[in-house]
Amino acid sequence: MRKKDLEKKDLLKTVIEELNGGEPAKPKKKRAFWKVIQIPALAILTGLILGAILIAATSFTVYDAFKVGFFNGIGTAFAEVGKAYLGLLTGSLGNPVEIISALIYGDAQDVRNAINPILESLVQATPYIFAGLACALAFRAGLFNIGVEGQLFMGAAAATFVGYSLTGLPAIIHMPLAFLAGALGGALWGMVPGLLKATTGGNEVINCIMMNYIAYRVTTWLLTGPMTRPGTGGMPISPIIEKSAQIPQFFKTPIRFHLGFFIALAFAALVWWILFKTTWGLNLRMVGVNPRAAKYAGLNITQVTIIGMALSGALAGMAGGNEILAINRSMAIGLSAGYGFDSIALALLGNNHPVGVIFAALLFGVLKNGATKMMVVSGTPIDIVTILQAVILIFVAAPAIIRAIYRMRQPLKEETAAASFTLSGWGGGK
Amino acid sequence: MSKKLFAVMSVLLIAVFLLSACAQPTEVAKFKACEVTDTGGVDDKSFNATAWKGAQDAQAQLDIEAKYLESKEVADFEKNINAFIAEKCDIIITVGFLLGDATKAAAEANPDVKFSIVDYGYSPVIPNVVGQAFQTDEAAFLAGYLSAGVTKTGKVGTFGGMNIPTVSIFMDGYARGVAYYNEVHGTAVETLGWDVVAKEGLFTNDFSDQQKGREMAITLMDEGADIIVPVAGPVGLGAAAAVKERGNAYIIGVDSDWFLTAPDYADVTLTSIMKLMDVTTFQVIKAAKEGTFAGGSVVGNLSNGGVALAPFHNLDGMVPAELKAELDTLKADIISGKVTMNPDYKQ
Repeated sequence: MRKKDLEKKDLLKTVIEELNGGEPAKPKKKRAFWKVIQIPALAILTGLILGAILIAATSFTVYDAFKVGFFNGIGTAFAEVGKAYLGLLTGSLGNPVEIISALIYGDAQDVRNAINPILESLVQATPYIFAGLACALAFRAGLFNIGVEGQLFMGAAAATFVGYSLTGLPAIIHMPLAFLAGALGGALWGMVPGLLKATTGGNEVINCIMMNYIAYRVTTWLLTGPMTRPGTGGMPISPIIEKSAQIPQFFKTPIRFHLGFFIALAFAALVWWILFKTTWGLNLRMVGVNPRAAKYAGLNITQVTIIGMALSGALAGMAGGNEILAINRSMAIGLSAGYGFDSIALALLGNNHPVGVIFAALLFGVLKNGATKMMVVSGTPIDIVTILQAVILIFVAAPAIIRAIYRMRQPLKEETAAASFTLSGWGGGK
Repeated sequence: MSKKLFAVMSVLLIAVFLLSACAQPTEVAKFKACEVTDTGGVDDKSFNATAWKGAQDAQAQLDIEAKYLESKEVADFEKNINAFIAEKCDIIITVGFLLGDATKAAAEANPDVKFSIVDYGYSPVIPNVVGQAFQTDEAAFLAGYLSAGVTKTGKVGTFGGMNIPTVSIFMDGYARGVAYYNEVHGTAVETLGWDVVAKEGLFTNDFSDQQKGREMAITLMDEGADIIVPVAGPVGLGAAAAVKERGNAYIIGVDSDWFLTAPDYADVTLTSIMKLMDVTTFQVIKAAKEGTFAGGSVVGNLSNGGVALAPFHNLDGMVPAELKAELDTLKADIISGKVTMNPDYKQ
């Protein structure tokens, strides 16, 4: 690192110390890991317990059992909750008994069926990783990118177009090209609010929301007009993309596990490297922590804002492109049920750190995938999982609740400072 | 303290898992009919709900088990179908054209599993898939003829959720029914909201926002329409609310008999253009259970009762006996092919 960078790093340290109230940051303690994960872990546990109560309270079987007798009711409640959670668990991670018996007695298809749940969870987590990284990167720059959903749609549309309109290309060129088209589509869409903020001071939150609306309508128009599948009479579905544009899936049906998961991990590593190992990443984080101090230090805030939003949009576009190229193979309305919005909370859960985002995305993927099996075996609506996610996130966002429940000591000042750093990106300011 | 509590709760949670794992019930495997909805969800008061009613009817009458999975987004289609294949469902019913690709792929990969898809068909035929299509314009034609016969302002209106064939087939049939009445009776009743020649019309571009249905209905009533046909799923309920508030217009329901499914608006519901997906779904499940299932397609039309015009219920007095007789004749003429539909919408 050059000398100039070292000076900047010192400045960042100073800024953080200022935020902490003048005390120098303390060296890391040994049990830092437990400290980092204890709030999310307890939040998940508490969420599951609340979810259990909810499952029991909304089950007619339980009510019927209570009519027979109190202990009958309690027993049935436990059985129902157990059935639902067992479905959630085996549906997302696999059933060990099934896996072992398939390995010993079954044929290749049985083995595929048995190990599919855990791989499917990774498939479900993939778009969350991309979209979560998009939000985390923006938060690090002090920008609240609520436009990930729209950028995802535009990225998907761009990837789809390149995917089906170019023919005769070898896969080694076509697939990356379509994927990058997705990134570009998202980047351009994300750059607009960035530009507006940097040049006119327009609030990026409002502009992102508006850009979402525009993206929905533009993609619907594209799908029913210029990009509609020939012969369907204007159905909102695009032609199927060329085989050469598809991100390869590794196994035969029903396993959908695909290369996109590893691409997502690679981009998580890249984001980590940019944020924490490059000068530009340092600048971005400085702007995020305290734009006024950053300006005073001579940083180009305009540039950081525009490029930060564009990069964030690119990651969001990749989320959409990946879904099309690896899973859907064509674009239709109803592409996303809110990856862009979930990812805001997901980035918060992952503390805006790429590693945290990966773990948070895995959690979301596991819950989402397990929910299907839960519904099939126990009839517990998939919506319960949405509530579960929401409750967990509320606990993560408001750690004081968890601390109160589990009677934990109040956090040190440095920890509150870290939390408020996250919140400064939410328009909270300092 | 906190860790102790954490440990206790973890143990409790694991205990629940183990307990329930031991108490796996051993049921006799019933015939399973499983429905995968599109993104509208099972309570959309439209085709997902109607197909699910068919599955539930089958559950009640045929001693089978019916299950459903809701899709929240396109990527869920394949996942949900796979989940039902893993669950060893005997027949999997998918709803809507959006599931066309996923159903085709799953059917070809699993030739021993039976499938049926609502509102879609394949050519060439896939041997283990039954496509369910509906000649909805036949019932809509009757509704148009009826509307032209009872309108006082000489204007009737329609709007759709999106300009796609499964929606516009209602609007086209309706407009042609009105035109046919004009031809027979020498009247000049006007249909707002659908241009038969240009194939363009009024659309909300949305299948969920009732407010948009309300706005459309108000616009149409302001233009003088006194009968409105909203072809937009639950959005139509917003239109029904606006019509009820205004008090001098009527609504014609779609898909199901709104007199029964939307009782709040029973007093303004003249009739409904019924697309009886529950009947066809039930028939397909029954065929699968009884071993008479054969791939191909079923087309619901006036002749086999797959589409129909609902009774007038409370508003029966509004329809003159003469018009009722004409409708009966017209129905017979459509079935016999004497009155022909738009060939563009031939299923």
